[in-house]
Amino acid sequence: MTDPATAPPSLQVSGLAYAYPDGHQALFGVDLTVARGERVALLGPNGAGKTTLVLHLNGILTAGAGTVTVAGLPVAKAHLAEIRRRVGIVFQDPDDQLFMPTVREDVAFGPAAAGIRGTELEERVRRALERVGMAEFADRPPHHLSFGQRRRVAVATVLAMEPEILVLDEPSSNLDPASRRELADILRSLEVTVLMVTHDLPYALELCPRSVVLSGGVIAADGGTQELLCDEKLMREHRLELPFGFDPRSVTVPVR
Amino acid sequence: MGAGHAHKLYREGRSPVHALPPHCKIAAVFCFVLVVVSTPREAVWAFGVYAVLLGGVAAVARIPAGYLLKRLLIEIPFVAFAVLMPFIAEGPRVTVLGMSLSESGLWSAWNILAKGTLGVAASVLLASTTELRALLLGLQRLRMPSLLVQIASFMIRYGDVISDEMRRMRIARQSRGFEARGVRHWGVLATSAGALFIRSYERGERVHLAMVSRGYTGTMPVIDDVTASRAQWTYAAALPLAALAVCLTGWMLV
Repeated sequence: MTDPATAPPSLQVSGLAYAYPDGHQALFGVDLTVARGERVALLGPNGAGKTTLVLHLNGILTAGAGTVTVAGLPVAKAHLAEIRRRVGIVFQDPDDQLFMPTVREDVAFGPAAAGIRGTELEERVRRALERVGMAEFADRPPHHLSFGQRRRVAVATVLAMEPEILVLDEPSSNLDPASRRELADILRSLEVTVLMVTHDLPYALELCPRSVVLSGGVIAADGGTQELLCDEKLMREHRLELPFGFDPRSVTVPVR
Repeated sequence: MGAGHAHKLYREGRSPVHALPPHCKIAAVFCFVLVVVSTPREAVWAFGVYAVLLGGVAAVARIPAGYLLKRLLIEIPFVAFAVLMPFIAEGPRVTVLGMSLSESGLWSAWNILAKGTLGVAASVLLASTTELRALLLGLQRLRMPSLLVQIASFMIRYGDVISDEMRRMRIARQSRGFEARGVRHWGVLATSAGALFIRSYERGERVHLAMVSRGYTGTMPVIDDVTASRAQWTYAAALPLAALAVCLTGWMLV
């Protein structure tokens, strides 16, 4: 492990612009740097370009202008395999993410695609499942698990690749409060850079010390999550709303 | 949620047949079926011996006869045609129970019925002693085109997801007062089927995206490799070899 102070940032996006083939422009020059070990929430209204941004991080979409760098390695055709190993995306619907017949095989898919075999592969799978508390479910088919369990396995499938940065798309959606809390505990226990796309503002406040607001295809605000959520003018401008009765000022934010 | 419809063919067990590597069993069943099909239909006794051989395998695998016979019922729609043969075939006729039947038709019917039943019985034995997942691994090991194995494995994984979606759509229709009664409502059902197709197609795209994000490049990485020892191959070969001996004898006697 390199020293976090001198290591290149986990994610560096500069001047990223993108227009879909139909001409609709989704991103207009996004600048974002996420240091190693940081947990950052990516907030923004529907249609702000959050998903488009996420799909640039592992090279599914190719930037029209600007660059994306993951731990010093630019996202480009030449080393997509390595980029996809470094950027672990957890998609919103675990049924999309878990496509193998058993949990174990699903978690093994990423590392096996990267060429890992035998005992090292087994070890990776075991460790990833243990980190999300799902080790005893290894031989179960994914569709026999509860939704919360499937979401946790989806996180494990990505952890098994030992990514530089974990990108979560709406991690708390469709979870009951207990599963939501369990997932938060797991995410907090991981020593990995996290970028979390979410509409769930209390969840962002609970987990991410820093937030960025993506609105109209640009980063409209970047700062401490609590300050952003308390800025009523900013919140209104970007269609961000807190749940009824929730006052971000009243919360003592966990340190780490 | 679906409770694993995918596994109802499989019957848990710890017999020597269960323990054989899947690709040995697939190869054995395949060869057995080939041998059975190439047996002359006039060697009626040979089919009896085949049945006894399968019975032996079932006994070793501890599959109860009732279970096996019940599973065999799946064959019925396929052999319905065989029953028609004696009535529609040409050639010299014989009279059975007051009905005039074609002699060659009777032989054809017997041929289809006997070979079909033996083939289905062998497949049922394979399916009830081998887990679906292992079957796929076995096919992969036997160099079946990887794309076909992938398609089969996605069918297993997403069968429940899609039937669940279908069930939700049905409940949503019923909740709005719709009951499918007669031809007039087929339009609605067709629209639902279309919607289901589009949804599945879109899910396919999302799954592909998730796969690509984890380094998929068109081939499935080998996660579990199944291997078989010489002894296991020999053991699995016992059934097709015995059948082959019967078949050859049959040809010599005819």
